[in-house]
Amino acid sequence: MKPLVVHHTDTLEAHPDIHLPDTHQDTFSKAVLGFWFYLLTDCLLFATLFVTFVVLHSSTFGGPSAQELFTLPLPFAETMFLLFSTVTCGFALLEAVKGRKNSAVAWLAVTFLLGIGFIILEINEFNEFIQEGNSWKRSAFLSSFFALVGTHGAHVSAGLIWMAVMAAQVYHFGITVDTFRRLVIFSLFWHFLDLVWIFIFTFVYLIGVLS
Amino acid sequence: MFGRLSLDILKHNPMQDMAVVGMVLSGLGLIALITYLQRWKWLWNEWITTVDHKKIGIMYIVTVLLMFFKGFTDALMIRVQQALAVGDSHGILTAGHFQEVFSAHGTTMIFFVGMGMIFGFWNLIIPLQIGARDVAYPFLNAVSFWLFAGSGLLMYASLALGHFSEAGWLAYPPLSGIEYSPNEGVDYWIWIVQIAGIGSTLGAINFLVTVLKMRCEGMKFMKMPIFVWSSLCSMILIIFAFPILTATLVMLTLDRYMEMHFFTAGGGGNPMMYVNLIWAWGHPEVYILVLPAFGIFSEIVPTFSEKRLFGYMSMVWALIMIAFLSFIVWLHHFFTMGASPGVNAFFGVSTMLIAIPTGVKIFNWLFTKFRGRVHFESPMLWFFAFLLNFTIAGMTGVLLSSPPVDFQVHNSLFLIAHFHGMVIGGVLFGFFAGFTYWFPKFTGFFLSEKLNRYAFWCWFTGFLIAFMPLYMLGFMGATRRLDHYEEATGWHPLFLVVAVGAVVIVIGGAIQFLGLFWSIIDRKNNLDHTRGDPWNARTLEWSIPSPPPIYNFAILPVVDQIDPLWAIKRGVAPPQHKKYEDIHLPVNTGIGFYIGMLSMLFGFGMVWYMYWLSIASFVGILACLIVRLSSKEKHMIITAAEVKATEEALRRPV
Amino acid sequence: MSTELSLQEVKKEWHGTLMSYLIGFFLSLLFTGFSFSLVLTQLFTREMMIYAIIASALLQAVVQVRFFLHVGQEPKPRWESQFFYSMVIVLLIIAIGTLWIMSDLNQRVMLNLEK
Repeated sequence: MKPLVVHHTDTLEAHPDIHLPDTHQDTFSKAVLGFWFYLLTDCLLFATLFVTFVVLHSSTFGGPSAQELFTLPLPFAETMFLLFSTVTCGFALLEAVKGRKNSAVAWLAVTFLLGIGFIILEINEFNEFIQEGNSWKRSAFLSSFFALVGTHGAHVSAGLIWMAVMAAQVYHFGITVDTFRRLVIFSLFWHFLDLVWIFIFTFVYLIGVLS
Repeated sequence: MFGRLSLDILKHNPMQDMAVVGMVLSGLGLIALITYLQRWKWLWNEWITTVDHKKIGIMYIVTVLLMFFKGFTDALMIRVQQALAVGDSHGILTAGHFQEVFSAHGTTMIFFVGMGMIFGFWNLIIPLQIGARDVAYPFLNAVSFWLFAGSGLLMYASLALGHFSEAGWLAYPPLSGIEYSPNEGVDYWIWIVQIAGIGSTLGAINFLVTVLKMRCEGMKFMKMPIFVWSSLCSMILIIFAFPILTATLVMLTLDRYMEMHFFTAGGGGNPMMYVNLIWAWGHPEVYILVLPAFGIFSEIVPTFSEKRLFGYMSMVWALIMIAFLSFIVWLHHFFTMGASPGVNAFFGVSTMLIAIPTGVKIFNWLFTKFRGRVHFESPMLWFFAFLLNFTIAGMTGVLLSSPPVDFQVHNSLFLIAHFHGMVIGGVLFGFFAGFTYWFPKFTGFFLSEKLNRYAFWCWFTGFLIAFMPLYMLGFMGATRRLDHYEEATGWHPLFLVVAVGAVVIVIGGAIQFLGLFWSIIDRKNNLDHTRGDPWNARTLEWSIPSPPPIYNFAILPVVDQIDPLWAIKRGVAPPQHKKYEDIHLPVNTGIGFYIGMLSMLFGFGMVWYMYWLSIASFVGILACLIVRLSSKEKHMIITAAEVKATEEALRRPV
Repeated sequence: MSTELSLQEVKKEWHGTLMSYLIGFFLSLLFTGFSFSLVLTQLFTREMMIYAIIASALLQAVVQVRFFLHVGQEPKPRWESQFFYSMVIVLLIIAIGTLWIMSDLNQRVMLNLEK
């Protein structure tokens, strides 16, 4: 796609001391900044769910507590899946910078599989709890657990769909101004999800097991 | 298949039936009119699929007027009920209907009139004031509007199909939980607010990037109009506060739909947590609403005093202080919920602090007028109405900020009088001021000044008559949301006075409404002959023709000081670019409309447990997004020659 | 009108490098391993361990924000960074405020029927 390049004439000659307040007015810079603001709102959304979890974590209403429910191996495995996937996502971007469309798609595929692995582990855990009678209906603690971790899982699932669409776009259109921009924005989202997960495994699982 | 829909959803009391019939007939009448005038294609091409911020702004304002009509009718019903329902009489509304009415009133006014007015003005004015051709994301702009409109349609649907919430405009649990409000009412409320909230958040992101990145040459932050500054602070508040609302509504939704226990009375839930979270959003929300109104007055006062705004820097700092402080006061909404004196005292003091920067702003406006040449056209009249009513209400706010006082008057009519003084005195009068001020800019003709003045006097006096007695009633023990009381309370005479005030306001509203139509019909006699600057104003939007061409500025301006148009008039503006260039603008698309309507269907499906509808709508929205975000962006090009021709045609003497 | 960038110019706007991802990866593994081992081995008192793993989480977050999200490397006026810090301040206000308020309320109002 031919880039849209529009040149200002006589800007600097006419009045060298008056400048554009922001020299990065291109689509890429605007898109990244705008998406970043969306991520900040998502941070606050998760923060609200987190603080609710903390407030309600001991309201077990006769049901199991965090210590009774959580083990260490599962969240560790989930953490590894997500951490590896965040790095492979970075690798996909690095390949895209080099213009290597097929490698980029391949790394996205790896990222996708790791993401699926994470989701499978999480669904398994949820299912186990539900089968034991410890669903979200059991207590305020369990409600806030399922809501917080489930919201993160929903974000990951949305990311997987987005990733698939991105892989298809890159495969079909190649690395263009538009697909590169969208890949960058997707990678911001995917990295953000690992960032949130740090706090989930720390506050929900690790501190839960310690109680 | 039909979830919990049944023919029962059409069962209402006679008054609601009348309203529904009126609504349906109006809708049909509108459809008939458009068909008769053969304007469907025009409507689709020029308005529904537009990504032009000016048209989107007008659509916001039109929607606001439609929603205002509904919210105001609700208010009238409350006043009539409270004037009549004494002793043996039970008024005209059943208890349940009354609950729906005050819940709908608050929800409509805050989420639709308040937020809608803000986005309407941001769309119309911000790109023009910063010397830009468009907002950062024109498509997202359309999506935000249609989410807002879709949510508004859902609000109207709640009147005709089933019932609205009876739990107030904030729906506190446990009352709003599934156990105590099992019917569709609270669910309507949840999805209406959630969808509108997402639209607002996306819109705020859009305008924030617009202001940060798309200002014209030379417009550094300290040279921006104060309307842009106040809007900037409001947008940032939206971005930081609305996620709390989104999350809290999600938790209430999970309690209602999936038997979770966030806020339930049993299961370990904590209803107080809802109150805490909803006000952590709710307090910034009221500043989100009022800051743009302050900004509007900061534009009007200098223009109608022919004098630059006094204390620009202190205005900016006051705005920043107010925005920051608005995050540390929220507990004052629930002093009486039982927190210890230390906690209450902290938030009491922080609340008192907010009065200081607000006072700075009031004095700055007054000092602007001092030794200015003051013109008393209607925008300035609305400023005076604001000055008196908002300041009085603000002072009662300082009274309320003291926990011991609040313990006496919390949730009484004293509180109602206070916050209506803020939202009517501040936000609504700001809206009226901005509407009368900027109307000629976007239409090329004036509203009837005479009718404006009559409307102003009705609103101003009507407001005082309708709300001052409420302070007294609050002290006399009258709580809010009462649908009946005893003669022995002695409240009846005051309620009658208040009802008279409401009628005076109605007259004002009717004059405005009819005046709008009259002005349109009579426009040939009210044309703006000044090539776009009828008020002899100071900012960039008045430097282009009225109504503005689609590209706003034929040549992007260069500025180097505050009030750049005033600089041009005084001959001290910096040299401007002279060359016309090709202009690229985004093309229209129907996808924003589809997303809005699909969101409405999603909400409707969730309300009635028709989950297949919600899933299908959700998939549809996803499909729209994928299609849009996989396609190459098309642009339309207006060549330099076309720009030149348009400009010359517009500047031909009228 | 905005000056649009070519693909080459856009690529320069993205600040990822192989180095940043590898450093970020190894540091994250380190902090994660530290936190999990601490809880596994239960070396210290419960309170100490909680502070340690929270600190570890915060440090890992800084690592990921810097090396994966590239915050701080954007061109001036660095809006991404400024708004990130502002968001963190608001987050702390809401979180700390809520915890203070709710613990205060729960002490005075909730009957502690079931814990």
